[in-house]
Amino acid sequence: MNPKRCAACKYLRRRCPKDCIFAPYFPPNDPAKFACIHRIYGAGNVSKMLQQLPDQTRAEAVESLCFEAKCRVDDPVYGCVGIIHLLQTQIQNAQNELAKTQAEVAVAQTKVGQTQNSDQFM
Amino acid sequence: MRGHEPRSSSSCAACKLLKRRCTPTCIFAPYFRSSDLLTFAKVHKVFGASNVSKLLGEVPEEQRQETVNSLAYEAEVRLKDPVYGCIGAIASLQKKMLELQHDLAVARTRLLAHSGVSNHVSQLDNSPELAAFLDLVPYSDLMLLDGSTSLDAYLYDLGQPPFV
Repeated sequence: MNPKRCAACKYLRRRCPKDCIFAPYFPPNDPAKFACIHRIYGAGNVSKMLQQLPDQTRAEAVESLCFEAKCRVDDPVYGCVGIIHLLQTQIQNAQNELAKTQAEVAVAQTKVGQTQNSDQFM
Repeated sequence: MRGHEPRSSSSCAACKLLKRRCTPTCIFAPYFRSSDLLTFAKVHKVFGASNVSKLLGEVPEEQRQETVNSLAYEAEVRLKDPVYGCIGAIASLQKKMLELQHDLAVARTRLLAHSGVSNHVSQLDNSPELAAFLDLVPYSDLMLLDGSTSLDAYLYDLGQPPFV
């Protein structure tokens, strides 16, 4: 067995060829990373996805797939969509608070203006 | 005559696409209707039918529809953005949240400035310098509402958990 097999080929118990598509992104010292991504997407799907991408974007694609796979393992029902829902709710709340605060500023500005006008006539 | 499983009157989207018999106990049938082949096609392309079947088997039945909805959403986003998928959407939402926090901080500062002088005229309130500061302070220098100043930590950061 080749001691330098990538984590994917080790997991899949196969020879790791020189042009292995997984090797640059799944080093042998991190077997959990490939195990997680394989559990959710499957090695075949990940391989197809990577093949369809330019070389320079594959590392980012692997990291994002790993993140989503980890989210799905931690939350099998919502995965990373749970994070999206949470952020959307937080944004809605922040927008409401901003609108309220800006309205209060407008009222305060009006009051200051009225105070200044009444002081001029004193 | 060999016994065989009763044929379903109509195949679900999954069994239609997979070209197999749809049984009454098909795990996909309640969630992938035959009228919507595209949703299953997307989910199958990203996750694979057998992985989806395993995932559905791992969640309670009452949560399977929500699971399918989130898988369909993830698949849709991944197909539109093959590099970043949902992470791109999360990063955009985080950025939007930071912008809102900045706007909120500015608005609260203005409110403090105005409400503190509501009963008398203040030179500070009419100061063009204060107005210029409030309008032009770059949000990268503005302290965020939770006291932190670093924006990068909030954005999609490969150096943070769960990557490490």
